[in-house]
Amino acid sequence: MKILLMGNPNVGKSVLFSRLTGVRVIVSNYPGTTVSYTRGETKLGEGTAEVIDVPGTYTLEPTSEAEEVALEMLRSGDVVINVVNAANLERNLYLTLQLLEKGVPVVVALNMWDDTRHEGIDINLDKLRELLGVPVIPTVAVTGEGIKELVENIPKATSPHLPSRRRDQRWAAVGRIINQVQHVTHRHHTWRERLSDASVKPLSGGIIALAVLAVSFIVVRFIAEGLIGYVFEPLFNNLWAPVLTRLSAILGGGGFLHDIVIGKLINGQVDFFQSFGLLSSGLYIPFAVVLPYIVSFYLVLSLLEDVGYLPRLAVMVDTIMHRLGLHGYAIIPTLLGLGCNVPAILATRILESKRERFIAATLISIAIPCAALQAMIFGLVGARGAQYVVIVYGTLFVVWIILGTILRYTVRGFTPELLIEIPPYRLPQWRAMLQKVWMRVYGFLAEAIPIILGAVLVINILYFFGVFEAIASFTAPVVTNFLGLPKEAVTAVVIGFLRKDVALGMLAPLALSAKQLVVGSVVLSMFFPCIATFVVLLRELGVVDMLKSTGIMIAAALITGGILNLVL
Amino acid sequence: MPDGGQTTLARMRAGQSGVVAHLQGGHGLVNRLSALGIIPGKRITKISSTLMRGPVTIEVDRARVAIGFGMASRILVQLDDESTK
Repeated sequence: MKILLMGNPNVGKSVLFSRLTGVRVIVSNYPGTTVSYTRGETKLGEGTAEVIDVPGTYTLEPTSEAEEVALEMLRSGDVVINVVNAANLERNLYLTLQLLEKGVPVVVALNMWDDTRHEGIDINLDKLRELLGVPVIPTVAVTGEGIKELVENIPKATSPHLPSRRRDQRWAAVGRIINQVQHVTHRHHTWRERLSDASVKPLSGGIIALAVLAVSFIVVRFIAEGLIGYVFEPLFNNLWAPVLTRLSAILGGGGFLHDIVIGKLINGQVDFFQSFGLLSSGLYIPFAVVLPYIVSFYLVLSLLEDVGYLPRLAVMVDTIMHRLGLHGYAIIPTLLGLGCNVPAILATRILESKRERFIAATLISIAIPCAALQAMIFGLVGARGAQYVVIVYGTLFVVWIILGTILRYTVRGFTPELLIEIPPYRLPQWRAMLQKVWMRVYGFLAEAIPIILGAVLVINILYFFGVFEAIASFTAPVVTNFLGLPKEAVTAVVIGFLRKDVALGMLAPLALSAKQLVVGSVVLSMFFPCIATFVVLLRELGVVDMLKSTGIMIAAALITGGILNLVL
Repeated sequence: MPDGGQTTLARMRAGQSGVVAHLQGGHGLVNRLSALGIIPGKRITKISSTLMRGPVTIEVDRARVAIGFGMASRILVQLDDESTK
C-alpha cells in the first residue's frame, strides 16, 4: 500500500513523515523545504506500508514544479494523509475539498493542534468529521501527539466522492464549513507577531535584515575559527604531525610512495597546506579547514530556517532580486548555495518559471562559493591579509550583480512576481535542528571526504607521470598571459572539477603572490562547477541549458580573471 | 454595507482593512492568488509595504502573505468604512 502525505506548504508534512517512518528528512520553517518526494516505510497492522512525503501544494491546479510533482504523485497513491494546519483551517480546507473530489481515500491530520489553543481557535472536531465525511485526527507532529491514533485510522480512510466543483463554489463550501466548525476568540497580538510585522516593514525590516546577515556572518566565522584554532589545528600540529614525521622517515623521505602518502616535504618538514599527500593535506583540508566551516555554517543556516526568517528576507530583497531577473524567493536557494551548490540548485524548484530557474542555477554555480571553497579562501587567501578576502568576495558579488543583470535582459521567458506565505516565527526545536545540522555535516563527511582523498591520490599520480606538465604547457598561453598565473595553476582548474577545496589547496605549493592568489581563487570559484554540481545542473536544466550555463561560466570566469589581472 | 470606496491593495495604507472586490488579471494571476485564498469576497488587512515598489504584506485567513507590487496593483479592494475616517 502506498500512503501519500499531502498538504499545503509548511504544515509539517516532513515532520510527520519522520514520525511515521523514522526516516530523517530536512525540516524547516518555510514553504518549499521539500522540493522532491522522499519514501519511507511504516508499520501498519500486520504488514508495512510505503509512505511518501510529497512537496507541499496549495491546489491541485499546479503553479510551480514542486506542485506538479505533487499532482503526479497523487495518481499513484492508495491513501492520502491530508496534513492540515489546524491554526489556518480556511486556507488548508481548499486542498482537502479538492482531494475529496478525486475519489482517493483520505484521512485528515489536523496538525499543529497545539497552536489552536494559544491562538484562541476552537474547532468542533465532530462537526468537521461529519461535514468532510472522512476521519479527522488532531496531531502535533513535533511532539508525536496523535500519531498513534492517526496510524490506527489509516485503514478507515474513505472518500465521500464529492462532486467536482468550480473554484468559487469550492471556496464557498470552505466558507460554509468554517462557519460551522470554527470559533475564534479575540486575543492580543503577541511579541512574536509584532516582530514578524516589523521584519517586513521598510525601515525596521531593512535594519533587521542587515543585522541578521551581519550577525550570521560573524557567528559563522567565530564558531569556525574557534573550532580550527582551539580544536583541529592543535590536534593536527601536536598529535598528527609527529606521527607523519616519523612515517616520513620510515618511507625514506621521498619517492613515489612517500609522495602519495605524505607528499613533498617543505624545508624538511610536513606542511599541511603544501605537502599534498593523502595523510597530510588529504586529511587536513577536509577536517581542519573545511569541516569547521561546514558545521558552523549549517548551525546558523538551520537556525534561520527553523525560526522562519528566510521568507521575510525574501520580501526585503525582492526589489534587488528583480534586477537580476529573479524574485525575492530566489534568495533561499542562493543562501543554501553558500553551504553547497547541489541542494541549492535543487531548491531552485521553488521558483515558478523556467527562466528564473535557469538564471538562479547559473548565478549560483558561478558566483556563489560553497562553504568548502570559502573555508579554503579564508584559510589560504586570509593568511595574506583580510583585504584580499574582501577583494575575492567583492568581485564575486559584482559578478553576481552584473551577470544577473545581463541574464535578466537576455534570457527569454518571464519572471512572475513574488507571492509567498510568511510563516509565523517559531522557537526552534533544538533536537530536530541539531539533527538537521548533523544530517548535513554527515552528508559532507560521507560524500566529500572520499572524493577529496581520491582527488589527492589522482593529483599525485598524474604529477608523478608528468600528465599535468603536458596540460600545463598546452594551456600556458591563456593561464600565464591572460590570467597572470604560473602555468602549473591550470592543474588546479582541472582538479576543480572534482573538488573546489582541493583545487584551491593546489595553489598553496605554487608560491603565488597575493594578487595571483586572488585571481586564482576567483577563477576557481567561477569556473566549471564541481562534478556533483555539474550532474545536478544537467538533471535540473537539461542538456541544452546546462551547456549554455557552462558556456556562460567559462566566459565569465576568463573575463573576470583577465580583468582582475589587469586592475590589481 | 460599509463603503469606504475602492482602491488597489498597492495603494492601501498599512493597517487598513477591506474586502477583495476584483482581481484584474488573466487566468495565471487569478490561479496563483486564489490558491492562497485571495479571492473576491475575502476580507484582508494590509500589514506593510516595502520601499521602491517592493512586495506588500497582508493578513488573509489569519495567515500572512507577501505579494509583489505589480500583483498588488491588480487587486481591487473595497475598503471598510472606518478606515477612511
